[in-house]
Amino acid sequence: MQSFWRTYGIVLIVAAVVVALPFAVTSSFYLRIGALVFIFSLAVLGINLLMGFAGQVSLGHAGFFGIGAYAVAVLPTHFAVPSWIALIVGVIVAGLLAFVIGRPILKLKGHYLAVATLGMGILIAMVFTNEARFTGGPDGMPVPRLELFGWRVRGSEAWYWISGVTLVLAALLAVNLIDSPTGRALRAIHDSEVASRVLGIDVARYKLIAFVLSAIYAAIAGAYLALFDGLVTPATAGFLRSIEFVTMAVLGGLGSIFGSIVGAALLTILPQMLTVFHDYEHIALGAIMIVFMIFLRAGIVPSLASLFRRSPS
Amino acid sequence: MSALATHGIGIDFGGVRAVDDVSFSVKRGEIFAIIGPNGAGKNTLFNMISGLYQAPRGKVMLEGRDVTNLPAHVLAQRGLSRTFQNLQVFFRMTALENVMVGRHLHENRNVLAHLFRLPSVVAQNRASRKRAEGLLALVGLSEIGHRPAGELPYGALKRLEIARALAAEPKVLLLDEPAAGCNAVETAEVDAVIQKIAAQGITVILVEHDMKLVMKISNRIHVLDQGRTLAEGTAAEVRSNPAVVAAYLGAHAGGEAANAGR
Repeated sequence: MQSFWRTYGIVLIVAAVVVALPFAVTSSFYLRIGALVFIFSLAVLGINLLMGFAGQVSLGHAGFFGIGAYAVAVLPTHFAVPSWIALIVGVIVAGLLAFVIGRPILKLKGHYLAVATLGMGILIAMVFTNEARFTGGPDGMPVPRLELFGWRVRGSEAWYWISGVTLVLAALLAVNLIDSPTGRALRAIHDSEVASRVLGIDVARYKLIAFVLSAIYAAIAGAYLALFDGLVTPATAGFLRSIEFVTMAVLGGLGSIFGSIVGAALLTILPQMLTVFHDYEHIALGAIMIVFMIFLRAGIVPSLASLFRRSPS
Repeated sequence: MSALATHGIGIDFGGVRAVDDVSFSVKRGEIFAIIGPNGAGKNTLFNMISGLYQAPRGKVMLEGRDVTNLPAHVLAQRGLSRTFQNLQVFFRMTALENVMVGRHLHENRNVLAHLFRLPSVVAQNRASRKRAEGLLALVGLSEIGHRPAGELPYGALKRLEIARALAAEPKVLLLDEPAAGCNAVETAEVDAVIQKIAAQGITVILVEHDMKLVMKISNRIHVLDQGRTLAEGTAAEVRSNPAVVAAYLGAHAGGEAANAGR
């Protein structure tokens, strides 16, 4: 029973927050922020499986995010594909692309992998900018609303619940994975590739699994954001977005499921709160991030957790 | 049929023959030691056998099958496991989880089953945990299974690596300086563990500098010097071999003479 709480406690907390929040706040503005946090958390959760657990960096995941987003924009607009099918197609395409690119790219390590994934992300974003016939080019394009069983999904509340429930499921799957032979293999690769190999772990296969899974998480998040916003631009898939995902994961805590959500929440909510600083908003944001990284080096959640463990209770 | 054999194996590093034309054959259940002065090529030899280095010359046979230059993870499937001199522990995982990773080859590796935590995965996790606990007990680390490996003392990590390698249920186990950095008590524990492993019918090949340990537990000893085979035989034979005394023990004797002079 104790192990049940240790394993699923985080998922239950996330579920409780998702359910409780709408009772605490009533304004649709806050629900909109909540939905954005959940959507970004999804992508960051994927990045964290790749970076925090398998120890492989990617600076190009906005590319997969963009594939999800453009799938639900392009396919319904130009090919009359229902949005929900477009979403599934986008996720599958992102997963397949990750599978194909991942094989050669994941042979690289450290900085080389970072640069290669960076290039991958930029290439994908370039396709969205240049295929103006389908994507509207640099201006982007509107995204038709999602329709489910005749219900037009729109508005902050609807997307709050859709993204919230998806996040809980995604966290559940991630927690399941981590406490399994696959999860142990990923963490082992992070600490010692050579020891993993001599224990029979097919290192290339597990890196690829983490890469594909993280691409799928990113694509779902991208599709949600596009459907929620009703607009998609190349910036959706841009380099800065990739950096943002990585920053959220590092800030919240690499290797921490809950940290992914905290990181995403912080970097989504903080800029909203810092608007009081007007022109100095970005300076304040940067300063706060630096302070967090200096004092909570392992990321917010893991650092605080170890702090609580050490303090005499 | 030998459990593990090499035929004329060799490798060069920048013109230096690190290992040259080394052949040996280890019988099943034997404890076989490879010794030699620093730089004799023991580690390089181990790395070629375990698939971490590609051997440009010679062959490695595992249970009669040619396994030369197979990737390390495939060799592990064929029943070869090893430990590392310069510890390759999974420092962020607990001691128990380290050993559970060793169960990898004997676990179902279907990722979808893992994602959805099918009942079979739960049962398997439990079985792996139990097995890992048993192995930690075997190497005398029962009490510290829950602790992160990064917090454990050196001697414990040495034995943790042995437990982890055993979890893979190898037929042949390569131990890379299992007693290095261990005090007398820890060395005695390592000694006992190796004997227990061999008693289970697992073939043990070890590289070790602790001559007392090597002479005591090895069935046979293979002596390397500058990448080449110098001698092979039982402890008594090796000890009385003049070439070995000159090249290997001679160096030690010189060191002792220097110490005596102080």
